Formats: sequence, C-alpha cells, structure tokens
Amino acid sequence: MDIHEYQAKKLLQKFGVNIPRGGIAYSPEQAVYRCSELSGDTWVVKAQIHSGARGKAGGVRICRSEQEVWDAAQWMLGRKLITHQTGPQGKMVSRLYIEEATDIRQEIYLGFVMDRKLERVVVVASAQGGMEIEEISAEEPDSIIRSVVDPAVGMQAFQAREIAFSLGLEPQLIAQASKTIMGCYQMMSEMDANMVEINPLVVTASNEIVALDAKVSFDTNALYRHPKISELRDKSQEDPRETYAGDRGLNYIGLEGEIGCIVNGAGLAMATLDMIKMAGGEPANFLDVGGGASPERVLKSFKAVLNDPNVEAILVNIFAGINRCDWIAEGVILAVKELDLKMPLVVRLSGTNVEEGLKLLAESGLNIETASSLAEAADKVVRAWRATQMAEAS
Amino acid sequence: MSIIINKDTKVLVTGITGRIGSFHTQDMINHGTNVVGGVTPGKGGTKHLGLPVFNTVKGAVAETGAELVVSFVPPPFAADSIMEAADAGIKTCVCIADGIPAQDMIHVKRYMRRYKKEDRMRLIGPNCAGIITPGEGFAGLMPPHIYKPGRVGIVGRSGTLGYEAASQMSERGIGVSSSIGIGGDPINGSSFKDILELFESDPDTDAVVLVGEIGGPQEAEAAEYIRDHMTKPVAAYIAGLSAPKGRRMGHAGAIVSAFGESAQEKVDILKQAGVTIVPTPSSFGDVVEKLVA
Repeated sequence: MDIHEYQAKKLLQKFGVNIPRGGIAYSPEQAVYRCSELSGDTWVVKAQIHSGARGKAGGVRICRSEQEVWDAAQWMLGRKLITHQTGPQGKMVSRLYIEEATDIRQEIYLGFVMDRKLERVVVVASAQGGMEIEEISAEEPDSIIRSVVDPAVGMQAFQAREIAFSLGLEPQLIAQASKTIMGCYQMMSEMDANMVEINPLVVTASNEIVALDAKVSFDTNALYRHPKISELRDKSQEDPRETYAGDRGLNYIGLEGEIGCIVNGAGLAMATLDMIKMAGGEPANFLDVGGGASPERVLKSFKAVLNDPNVEAILVNIFAGINRCDWIAEGVILAVKELDLKMPLVVRLSGTNVEEGLKLLAESGLNIETASSLAEAADKVVRAWRATQMAEAS
Repeated sequence: MSIIINKDTKVLVTGITGRIGSFHTQDMINHGTNVVGGVTPGKGGTKHLGLPVFNTVKGAVAETGAELVVSFVPPPFAADSIMEAADAGIKTCVCIADGIPAQDMIHVKRYMRRYKKEDRMRLIGPNCAGIITPGEGFAGLMPPHIYKPGRVGIVGRSGTLGYEAASQMSERGIGVSSSIGIGGDPINGSSFKDILELFESDPDTDAVVLVGEIGGPQEAEAAEYIRDHMTKPVAAYIAGLSAPKGRRMGHAGAIVSAFGESAQEKVDILKQAGVTIVPTPSSFGDVVEKLVA
C-alpha cells in the first residue's frame, strides 16, 4: 500500500528524520494560508499523488509570491497528472503539500528495499541524488553504495556511518546522516514497510540533512498489525475497479482490454491473460476467485468484472482441484440470470466434478459456450468478441 | 522412490483443529497419507479426526516421531509455526498460509540458519498448494485424482497451473514422481533450484516440468543450475507474458521489478540453458510427451 509524500514525511519525522516545514491544502485559499503560516518568501507547491516523477508532469512548482502559489494550486487541483509510473490514465490531484523552500547544497539518493535474492533489507545510496535509481544505475553505477542488514540484529550504527562516509559527506555531517539512515531503517522495520525511498536527501546551505521527498510503501499482509497505517489509504489514488473488487474481497487487477476474466489461482489467471493475448484479444482484468469458490463468490466476481464498462466478453477458466466444477457452474448460471448477461460468455471447466458442471451449463438453456482446454476457450472468446464487433460495425 | 514425501513419511498437521486444517487433513488421510497427529496449542491430550492432538510440535515429535509438518496455521501466526517446526527437529515443513508479512519471512529464513545446513529443515512454501507423491501421499491442498504415478517431476509456484500440467500429462498416460508447489511469495522456503537438485538425484524421476512466473530471481538461478549440473531433461512454462511492469499479479511475488524478472526474459534465459519451453498453458501434455519419448 502506497501513501502520500506528506504522510511518509510525518512518519519519518517521528523516527528522527529532518523534514522541511510544510502543511496540507485542499484549495488555493488554503495553499496561500499555508504560506503565511510558514512565512518566508519562497515556497514549493507539491501535488500529492501516489507516483514518483511528479516534477516532470508539472506537479512540483517553486513559487516566489502568494499569487504564484495560488496559480500553481489552481492548476494542479482536480488535474490528472500522468507520469511513467501512473500509466496513461494518470492520477487525480486532490490535495497539495505546501513546503518552505530549501537551499540545496548537495543531493543524495537513499533507498531501502527488500532484496529477494538475499532475503534481507538492503540499503542503497548514491551521491548522485535527484535522478531516479534506474538512471543512476545506468549512468553512474560506480556511485551506488549497498549495505545489507542482518535481520537478527537489525541495522547497526557502523553500517550507517560507513554509508555516510562512502557518500563523501564532511565529518561534521556524519552523525546527522547516520541518524537519518538509522531512522529510516527503524521506520521500515517497525511499521512493516516494503520500501522507503528518500530522493533527494539533501545537505542544505546551513549544513543540515533534510529529506526533501519521501516515498514509502507498506506490506499489505502486515497491515493488520498497523491500523494507523491502514487509515492512510487514499482510495482516490486507486483504480476504482480495483477498489470495488478489493472491498468485496476479490483479488482483481484492472487492465486495458475488453475481455473480462474469472479464473481460479493467480498463476492460472496470469496464464489465461497470456492465452487471450496470443489468441489476438486484450484482457480487461486479472481476477483470481480463490480456492473454495462458492456460487455467491462467482456471482460477485461477475459483478466486479462487469463494473468495468469496457468489458464486452467474458472468459471463465476454472481448474477445480480442491474446488468443484458443479459449484462454479451454479455460480455462472446464477450470475447470467441475475445480471441478465447478454455479451459472449465462454466457460472452461476442468478437474473435480467437471461432467456435473458441464451438464448444469448445458441444461440451463442459457447462451453459454463451453471449451475443454484453455487454448480453445481463449480462441472462442476472442472469436465471439470479434463477431460482436463486426455486428456492431455493420 | 520419490522426493520429500512417500507412503511412510510421518506427517504432523499444525492448525489441525481449524476448519481448513480439518478438511484437508481428512482428505490427506482418505488418500493414504501417513498422518500421525496434529498440534493446536491448548488442545493437547484431545483427539481430532481420530488422531492425537498435542500442544507443541516438540511434544508431538517425541510421541509420534513425526518428520514432516504441514502448517494450516493462519498468516499472522504462520511464521511462528514454521520456526517451531524447525526447532523441533522436523525435516520438512510445508506451509500453506497465503499472506505472511514479508518481514516475518525474512526472520524465518534468518532463524533457520541457526541449524547446520545438513540439519536444517526444508521449508516448502508459504502460499503454496502443497506437495504430492501420487499413489503414496500428499501434504497440503491437493486433488490426488488428477495425478498418475509415474516418472516426471513437477515443480511450480502456482497450484492450479501445477494441476493443469499434471492433468494434461495424465490424459496422455504420463505419470508424476512427485509434484512440489514452492508458492507465490517473494520470500519463500525452497527455491526452484533446491527442488531441481532433489529431482536430479532421485532415481525414479526421468524428467522435470518447471512452472514459473514473472518476478524474482529464482527461475534465472534454476537455469544456471540446469545448464551446469542437470543431466535430466527439463521443460518450463513461464506465466505472465502479458503482465504489465510494476503490477503485482495476484501472487505477492509476481511483480516485475528488475532485469531478468519478466516472462520473456525468463523464457530466454531458460532456453539458453537448454530447457524446452512450454509455449502455452495448453501444451504441457504435447511438450512433455516429446520430452520423455
């Protein structure tokens, strides 16, 4: 789960990380009011969206008058910012963070990630701050400093010092930098974050070390032990289709195509999307109905898939191991009747009680096409979808 | 022979009295698995499904000689149940829980290092469907009727894709020596390579089917092992060719975040290592038939 920059900064501050003073604003009036609270003559207006690279999309503006702050706020609020991380649909700006400007002397990259190969937290730092880590590793790979944390004892002070010295910081800054690095690690481990990224961490003209930006992502599997973190969820930053399905306990990911998918098992669901693509179609979603799918759960899945207005055909692919095909068939029949489904529907059932399942579908008298293999099912659904396209065109 | 589980393996179920634990334990017993007891703290001394229930894994091991634990303990307590099994001298732990916090798994993996490699418990999962040796026994959520006993090993992250592979093989009369689900979590117990090593040295396995997916370094690591050390033929399918970068596809571990983690990159790496690629999830049967012909 991602959170906003200002939320991440507030959390990090509790762990001893310096941040610039700032305040949140939901309107241009509030933005200007924040400036008067902060005093000074230069402010930064920052769009709060769950994405990096906001600057390039116009989401970060340095302002030298209250009028400029007003104009920047007016421009950003209600706008969808598109970055390479948001996808083409962009993310809506509904809140702003107004910060005092910082006099930057040096920019540093500081990141904490879970390394899957080492199965430990790895600290990544570079004196080439401001750029994204991908750019740094492509352009300045030798500038990257890595340090691996032993989970048995957590991060040690010497490790933080080593990183600080390797960054080439002056001796009087080492203690402050170490405190910042230790603070980030503490936050990550105590709050079950998956990733903490401070980019840039800056040395100011007055020799202070300050987190100018902060990106934190939490492990959703651990949210049950951090109710305060769960409250930071901002649904306006999520794909509404995913919010709808997620709130109903379904494992759903929205995609760009027209063919809706209902599958059991994450691996098989991924494979189903691949087959639709190979057959020449575009999947509209990933949906894993899970192990013991009841007819009600199948109905719920249909509702989630149809909640996407782009869906024009549906493929159900079930390999019942611990599941039962007759139960799935009951759910499909229930959904078609209750939702008055008119679009092409192809169902592929395999495994436990497949004969009973197919019999139920055949006897229902409903317009449901069946297939015995996944390849056949993908071909059929893409063909049926194309036929509806042609019918509409003619 | 087979790997990890056979008809004599003494199986202990942690979380045996829960709804899911009960259901699948009964299924395991019905299919001939040698289940010797269960553990639920506070219910020691009682009986469940006709089996003795213990308060601790250590207590159960002392009484029953259990060697393999299958854990149906829910995610918040699952890491603890794995470490308890490791500390009780269990040889293999199969963990089913889907949703263990990543930091808990980091701690589990670190904890297991306190035992010398030769004494260290083998962890399978978490977030896996389990393991089966057809005709002998299984641990986890397995549909034994789709498997035929035979000489091809299966190792995969996804449960249902593993079933898909096995049933296509069964339709062509090709049987399975053992099938191992290593689970869909980013930090898991046994890797593809760990299981391939077992199949390589198992005299009753002639070939292996690997079912991988996007995300993580384990398929690339497996490719290196296959290239340098494996004598038996391997076929591999990788799910997620159409998955967009940076999106988590269902499994917590199924996310492309580095080079070598996309499906196409994994396919290329495996191909270069001499692995036969299964191009679609409907062609397991065809490819394996040619592989073992």
